[in-house]
Amino acid sequence: MAGIRLDGWGWRHPGRKAWAVRGLDLAVSPGERILLLGASGAGKSTVLRGLAGLLDPELGDEEGVLEVAGAHPRARRTPIGYVQQDPESQLVMARAGDDVAFGLENHAVPAAEIWPRVDGALRAVGFPYGPDRATAALSGGEQQRLALAGVLALRPGLLLLDEPTANLDPDGAAAVRDTVDAVQRHTGATLVVVEHRVAAWLPQVDRVVALAPGGGVLADGTPADVLGRHHDALVAAGVWVPGHVVPPRRTAGAGPVLLSASGVRVDAGGRTVLDDAALDLRAAEVTALTGRNGAGKTTLSRVVGGLLRPRAGTVRTTDPRPPWRWRARDLARRIGTVFQDPEHQFLTASVRDELLLGGASADRADDLLARLRLAHLARANPFTLSGGEQRRLSVASALARSPRLLVLDEPTFGQDLRTWTELVWLLDAVRAEGTGLLVVTHDRDFVDALADGVVTMESGRTRAPAEARP
Amino acid sequence: MTAARPYLGRRNPLAGLVASAAVSVAAVVAADPLTPALLLAGTLLTIPLTGLGVRQLALRLWPLVTGAVGVAVSNLLYGTVDATTALALGLRVTAVALPGVLALGAVDPTEFADALVQHLRAPARFAYGTLAALRLLPLLAAEWHTIGLARRARGVEAGWHPVAALRLFGGRVFTLMAGAIRRATRLALAMDARGFDAGLPRTYARRSVFTRADAALVLAGAGFALAATGVSVALGTWRFLTGV
Repeated sequence: MAGIRLDGWGWRHPGRKAWAVRGLDLAVSPGERILLLGASGAGKSTVLRGLAGLLDPELGDEEGVLEVAGAHPRARRTPIGYVQQDPESQLVMARAGDDVAFGLENHAVPAAEIWPRVDGALRAVGFPYGPDRATAALSGGEQQRLALAGVLALRPGLLLLDEPTANLDPDGAAAVRDTVDAVQRHTGATLVVVEHRVAAWLPQVDRVVALAPGGGVLADGTPADVLGRHHDALVAAGVWVPGHVVPPRRTAGAGPVLLSASGVRVDAGGRTVLDDAALDLRAAEVTALTGRNGAGKTTLSRVVGGLLRPRAGTVRTTDPRPPWRWRARDLARRIGTVFQDPEHQFLTASVRDELLLGGASADRADDLLARLRLAHLARANPFTLSGGEQRRLSVASALARSPRLLVLDEPTFGQDLRTWTELVWLLDAVRAEGTGLLVVTHDRDFVDALADGVVTMESGRTRAPAEARP
Repeated sequence: MTAARPYLGRRNPLAGLVASAAVSVAAVVAADPLTPALLLAGTLLTIPLTGLGVRQLALRLWPLVTGAVGVAVSNLLYGTVDATTALALGLRVTAVALPGVLALGAVDPTEFADALVQHLRAPARFAYGTLAALRLLPLLAAEWHTIGLARRARGVEAGWHPVAALRLFGGRVFTLMAGAIRRATRLALAMDARGFDAGLPRTYARRSVFTRADAALVLAGAGFALAATGVSVALGTWRFLTGV
């Protein structure tokens, strides 16, 4: 167990004028479990990286005191566990057992002790396979649990988790939270978790610390105290305060069927990804497509979006040819698709050019920029925007061509409450203009707030649409 | 699990690679058709030892075979050489590359990195860093595909216009690279967080062993290379390098 002490601590990344974190005071007792909150850009990730000893003072500017177990974390007095958001980019080895052993090798644990500790760690996180399991064959949730096993094996005094469940479906996220709880009890380690979605973590933390956007601490105390007294400030900062509900919005009346898919089958990599999937999309209606990771949601959305040619099945629209046969220019005018990663779709060097690219008039481009609060960034390079700004731009650039159908793949993924709420309002307005929307999502709140109908997928098959709760 | 592995998979990766290198060297220095033909025949006999299936073999061999045929045909058509020399060139390309292709096909990358670090004192940062990067390659391939689809969704398609195609390709590479660098940075951070390259000595969870069987494999490779060269010399067909 390791205590933490921050005293007027600050960090400035190399080549930046502004400090990422400044004037932060925080004392954490050994074994305390803390949820760290704050608006995007408040420096939560920087604090975690500093505590993990990953910020090299020779490369940036550090001020004040930063201590873990009474010493600067780079002195490595105690093993510190650090798990980040993207499961793909934190596994090192090809086999699960080797990956857990990697950290032990680095800490020069004697070879004879390594394998018993690897086996113990895999058991403790409930890893469902043997140590020879290929890490590439794991789901996102399983990969995160393996990463936790790699951390647990080090017997860390401090556990730092940076949005460990943000990329996972609800089942995977729940399994990871349970694992974190088990690991924490097992080691008694001090725990610091950063997460936007607060509610699910509350039962397993003792204390909530919210960082102020300008630097320092906004609120610090027991969960009930912080969330009760600072509710409004936290909502304004984009924190997902439990019980905060955006009033649901529904269609004023669905229009005719714009697209009808049936019997869709897709094979990839030697297995059937979609089998007999079916879907109807209507004008002025939001259809949510849900299901576990790997159920085929994204693949079906790509067939519907005219990006993928299925092995079998039909997709009927007003055009006698199926969408995947259309020319790209025609496709973008009829069906817009917004990908999960906005950067995949940026084609120009400025925000405004992204909107003009599709032949949108200058007036429409400026109108969209204003509506999406991007006008002040019109000349900025899309790759330099924040996550929320990139998301809004990717939606705007699809809307620039005024398609009658809009397909969105996990649009709320990784967004804070503020961008999330804006997306609900924006897509509601798009629906009101008569556009049909298909939203691939496992965000239950988003479905409740916006969807008129829900199609659930399981192992490549669609289940009959159910009415969303009104 | 070990029992089911093919012969070469059970050997130290370095042994297989050194043995194959000996055969390749013999093929490089011989300019006659007989030596590479003998070497090639012997190498083909080792295919069962690699445990590679027909499909895997075909995947690994088609670029090599295509290249070798290309070399032979282009030399015959456009060069000043006769059919025998062209054939010798084609055989040579195949005989040089095939042993390496087969040996690498049988190698487990993790064991290879272990062997490099433990026997050849390669820096761990290099060996395991490369290994971690290899894990990301299939992700890059998937990402490349996704970026292509994302562009079509934006209404951009090169069609048959070569200049537009080139520009689009460049943009796609840029997007791929931007993502790859970000991901690699996160991976490096994750490796640092687990104490990699902290300037401290490491231990090895997996012991890489070099047994007598491994030494025998090296000797067999070298012996076979010498024998093939010897036969060719004895028959008077062997010629050195340029074939003059």
